[in-house]
Amino acid sequence: MGSITLKQVTKSFDDVNVIKPLDLDIRDGEFIVFVGPSGCGKSTLLRMIAGLEDTTSGTIEIDGKEATSVPPAKRGLAMVFQSYALYPHMSVRNNIAFPLKQAKVAPAVIKEKIEKAATMLNLTDYLDRKPGQLSGGQRQRVAIGRAIVRQPSAFLFDEPLLNLDASLRVNMRLEISQLHKSLDTTMIYVTHDQVEAMTMADRIAVFNGGIIEQVGTPLELYRKPVNRFVAGFIGSPKMNFIDVAPKPGDATHSLGVRPEHFKITTEQGLWQGQVGVVEHLGSETFLHVHVDHIGTLTVKADGDCQAVYGDQINLTAEQAKIMHFDKQGMTIPALSWGGESAA
Amino acid sequence: MATNSSNKTKVIYTLVAWTISGMIFFPILWTIITSFKTEAEAISASPSLFMFEWTLENYTQVLARSPYFDHFLNSVIISLGASIAGLLVAIPAAWSMAFVQTKRTKGLLMWMLSTKMLPPVGVLIPIYLLFRDVGLLDTRLGLVIVMTLINLPIMVWMLYTYFREIPHEILEAARMDGAGIKEEILTVLLPIALPGIASTLLLNVILAWNEAFWTLILTAAHAAPLTAFIASYSSPEGLFYAKLSAASVMAVVPILILGWFSQKQLVRGLSFGAVK
Ligand SMILES: Nc1ncnc2c1ncn2[C@@H]1O[C@H](COP(=O)(O)OP(=O)(O)O)[C@@H](O)[C@H]1O
Ligand SMILES: [Mg+2]
Repeated sequence: MGSITLKQVTKSFDDVNVIKPLDLDIRDGEFIVFVGPSGCGKSTLLRMIAGLEDTTSGTIEIDGKEATSVPPAKRGLAMVFQSYALYPHMSVRNNIAFPLKQAKVAPAVIKEKIEKAATMLNLTDYLDRKPGQLSGGQRQRVAIGRAIVRQPSAFLFDEPLLNLDASLRVNMRLEISQLHKSLDTTMIYVTHDQVEAMTMADRIAVFNGGIIEQVGTPLELYRKPVNRFVAGFIGSPKMNFIDVAPKPGDATHSLGVRPEHFKITTEQGLWQGQVGVVEHLGSETFLHVHVDHIGTLTVKADGDCQAVYGDQINLTAEQAKIMHFDKQGMTIPALSWGGESAA
Repeated sequence: MATNSSNKTKVIYTLVAWTISGMIFFPILWTIITSFKTEAEAISASPSLFMFEWTLENYTQVLARSPYFDHFLNSVIISLGASIAGLLVAIPAAWSMAFVQTKRTKGLLMWMLSTKMLPPVGVLIPIYLLFRDVGLLDTRLGLVIVMTLINLPIMVWMLYTYFREIPHEILEAARMDGAGIKEEILTVLLPIALPGIASTLLLNVILAWNEAFWTLILTAAHAAPLTAFIASYSSPEGLFYAKLSAASVMAVVPILILGWFSQKQLVRGLSFGAVK
């Protein structure tokens, strides 16, 4: 069990409105990622779900039961913090045992659960060390171990991988995904990294300035962003935005083309420009192309792309995959990818 | 050459440090020396530092004349009692100020500190009358209460500063793990803050041990601690420098020893969060 429903929740610090009225249904067993730029209220909302932060108005339901003012200890949720927040004075064993001791679980059962978690997380050799004697990745595992032993109805993660180096981050990302598959428990995962969001999530909620812009599966967000913000936030490198002169009968104010949807052609294309910086990644190549009156476009090309600095090239894009946005920055579905005209 | 000049600075700093320490320590040294002199030598116009007849007479006389161990016991009970009672109040207070901050927390802290700037005579009469009416004059309990109140602002401030150094998230993790406020404070906060709590306790034992204003006024014979015992050698039958010195030495030696053994802890504690 682990469904969480937010109804019109808001949060203000003094007079600052950090979370605008917001509704969200988190389904039992899903892996939902809160993603958005720094300072948009993701952590605040997560902490409200945890009960660490009061809810200014609105209601939070956990498993169908009103939980808005239930203290954190009684919500049955587990949290993994960015700083790991291990108890520095306790051994790894006692860190993991702590929630079980609070729940007055029998010592024999605690022992068994610790062994099981330690095996699962490769911590067996470190059980008697203090957190200070562990590496960042190991500390992260202890924090996860502490969260899983008590079988919570949902896990809350607040940027858990932020303090790890890049390669470790990729590993831990996989481990957490596997953990979700094996536990089948609801996970709410906060990050500002859209790659983490895309790779791990069943569903993503894109935050911006205290509201949720869109909720959907990674591919839905990639293919059918509801507005320019989501379109620009999801996908790496970012979508290119090209302003166009409004035409009568066409609300389009700007176009959006993802770098991977450009084609370099020898014939006359839609845009012509001069190649600037070329980034060779081996498997692919990123070209930064300067186009008069438009600016710099990022183009993803094959790994063996021969273009060099200063080349003049022509660009087209798959018509069907071009996004159209109106004056307010909202997607015009009929004209965009997945819309009727493209289908 | 660089090491040469840095060696020179080291020597200079060391000399300065020793000079200042010497100046601070000299009165104590003088008291200790005087305590081994005869009364005549103690008030001699050309006092000698070491060249005099050393005698233990002052100590035997002081011990024979007054119940040193009763006073010593009073000092221990009052300073320890007040420090422990203070901790019992200051720990929850500092916890709430450090971890459940509101808009007025800072103001409250400043107000608490400002009470330390009030001259104690300002509240002397009301407290004296109050103590007289409820029968707390010349009782250990009365002094424990006064000392607790006097040192509470400092204790709360010190603990608040230590608690602020502890990442919020560790306590929040405890809350998520099912700990109530009691478990959060007892099993997570206190063990982590133990060095700070020990420093607070030590400093307050020393402050309470040395407090002389309230102890002199609120005690007579029964609950008088060592500060009152020293004072008793300064008036009625005239001044007895040598005996006064002996009494002083006996009063400060216990706390000096405590301070000596805990100096590392004290220095670390008093530098607050300055060095992490
Ligand atoms: N305790 C607090 N008091 C006042 N403002 C806060 C507090 N916590 C967060 N905020 C503000 O709320 C906004 C959202 O913060 P946060 O939820 O941490 O953002 P995110 O996790 O998305 O980066 C920020 O502008 C931040 O300054
Ligand atoms: Mg955050």
